[in-house]
Amino acid sequence: MGTATRPPLVSGGEGGTGHLEELRVDPIGLMQRARDECGDVAELRFADKEVVLVTGAEANEVFFRASEDELNQAEAYPFMKPVFGEGVVFDATPEERSRMLHNQSLRDKFMRGHAETIQAEVEAMVDQWDDEGEIDLLDWFAELFIYTSSACLIGRKFRAELDPTYAELFHDLERGTDALAYVDPYMDIESFRRRDTARAALVERIEGIKQHRLSQPAPSKEEMDLVDVLLSVRDEHGTPQFSADQITGMFISMMFAGHHTTSGTAAWTLIELLRNPDWMRAVVDELDELYADGSEVTYQALREIPKLESSIKEALRLHPPLIILMRLVMQPVTVGGIVIEPGKLMAASPAVSNRIPEAFDDEGSFDPGRYIDPRHDDLDNPWNWIPFGAGRHRCVGAAFAMMQLKTIFSVLLEEWTFEMAQPPETYRNDHSKMVVQLEQPCVVRYRRRNGGA
Amino acid sequence: MGIRIEVDRDLCQGHGVCESEAPEVFEVGGDHQVVVLDEQPPEELRPGVDLAVRYCPTRALGLVED
Repeated sequence: MGTATRPPLVSGGEGGTGHLEELRVDPIGLMQRARDECGDVAELRFADKEVVLVTGAEANEVFFRASEDELNQAEAYPFMKPVFGEGVVFDATPEERSRMLHNQSLRDKFMRGHAETIQAEVEAMVDQWDDEGEIDLLDWFAELFIYTSSACLIGRKFRAELDPTYAELFHDLERGTDALAYVDPYMDIESFRRRDTARAALVERIEGIKQHRLSQPAPSKEEMDLVDVLLSVRDEHGTPQFSADQITGMFISMMFAGHHTTSGTAAWTLIELLRNPDWMRAVVDELDELYADGSEVTYQALREIPKLESSIKEALRLHPPLIILMRLVMQPVTVGGIVIEPGKLMAASPAVSNRIPEAFDDEGSFDPGRYIDPRHDDLDNPWNWIPFGAGRHRCVGAAFAMMQLKTIFSVLLEEWTFEMAQPPETYRNDHSKMVVQLEQPCVVRYRRRNGGA
Repeated sequence: MGIRIEVDRDLCQGHGVCESEAPEVFEVGGDHQVVVLDEQPPEELRPGVDLAVRYCPTRALGLVED
C-alpha cells in the first residue's frame, strides 16, 4: 500500500462490463447503493472506464470547484459525440460558458422578448386543443420545446420552417444515448442506428433550408436569424464556410441541453401538482390573483411567482433531468483523504445528492414549502441542491429555463385544468438511456376552465 | 467595524444578479466578471448586499465582518 488511499470499490463490478448493465437498468439505484456501501467517494466501472462517484456536500464542492485543468468535461460524455458530430464539443470551457451566458439569446435584457415568443408558441399549441381531451406529456412538451428553443436560440424565421417531425428526429437523437457508448458509441444496435439516421435526416433538412436561403436575396440585418448569420461567413472564394453538417451540429448542441431537460421538468411539475392537489390549488390561486388585474404573462413571468417557482424547484429536486454529471480526471484530485487518479472518470449525481436526508427533511416528499420564506433549502444546501449543477459549470440556461416554465404554466393553468389519466404511480422515468425521459404512456386529461368559451 | 465583500473568482459566471440587487455596489463588466465597486459598503446598502449574496446563482459572494 502506498500513502494514497484509493477509492473503495462498489460491489458487483467484477467481470464483463462492470456496472454498465446495472447503469442501463437502474442507474439511481446503483448510485444510491454506491453511497450506501462506500460513502461520499465510491468507485464503479463502466466497461473499461473506472468511474469515481462522489456524493454529499463536501465531495460535491470539490467536484464543482475544480478547474478545467483538473477535471475536464469535454471528454467525459462519449455517448454525445455521435449526436453532435465531428468538431462539436460536448461542453464549453468556463470562459466560453461565460460568453454564452452573455450572448444575445441568454442575456437578461432579451428575456422579455423570449417570454413573448414562448407565450405565442404555447398558445399556438393549445389552439389545436378541443374543450377537453388527452395529451401525452412526453410528446406534447417535446414538440413545444423544439419550437420555443429554436425560436429563442436560432430565430423565429428558422422556427417557422419547422414541423412536428423535427421533434421526432430530435427524440431519436435523445434516445440514441445508450450507456453502451462506453463500450463503443458506434456499436450496431437499434438506438444508435436510429440516432445516426435521425442526424442524417436533420442535416438533409438543414441543407434544404441552406439552399433556399442562398437562392434568396440577402436579408437585412434585422431579418437575419442564426442560419443567415452562419451563411454570411464566407471563405476567401466567397463560398459559405459552414457546411449543412456543421450547422446542424451547432444547432443540435445549442438545443440539446435545453430540450429534454426543460421538457422533462415541465412534465414532472405538472405530474407532481396533480399528485398534490393542495399545491395545485395554491399555485392556481396564486396565478389567478397575479393575473386578475389583466397583467401580461410576459411581465409576470420575469418576476417572482413564489408557489409556482417553488413547485418547479421541487420537481427539479425530485426528478433532476440530468441524474449523473461526468468529468475526466486530468490531475490527481483528493476528496476526504481519498485520491482519485488521472485517467479515471469522476461523477456527481444530482439524483442522489438532491435527496440526501442530512440536507433535506422528508427528502422523498414533494414539498414546495421548503423554498418559501423563511425556508431556503436550495440556498442553504448549495452543494447538495444541484439540479442545475453548481459552481463554475452551473447551467447557463437556468434563468431562461425558469422564465420559460413560468410562462408556460401561466398560460396552461390560467386557461385549462388537468387531471391524471392513469394511476399516479405509473408516471415514471425511463432510465434505459443516459438522456432520461418520461416512460410512455404518460397521459393527462385537459379541460377548458369555465366550461369552455 | 463593518462588512467586507469577498468574491470567489472560481465560481463567478457573471450572471449579474448582484448588480440587479445592489447596483451601487456591484457591476458586471465586459469580461463577465463581477467588479465590486465598494468593498466595504455603508450600512444603508446592507439589505441589497445581503440579497446579492443570498441570490448569487453560483454562491460566489461572501460577507466578512471586519
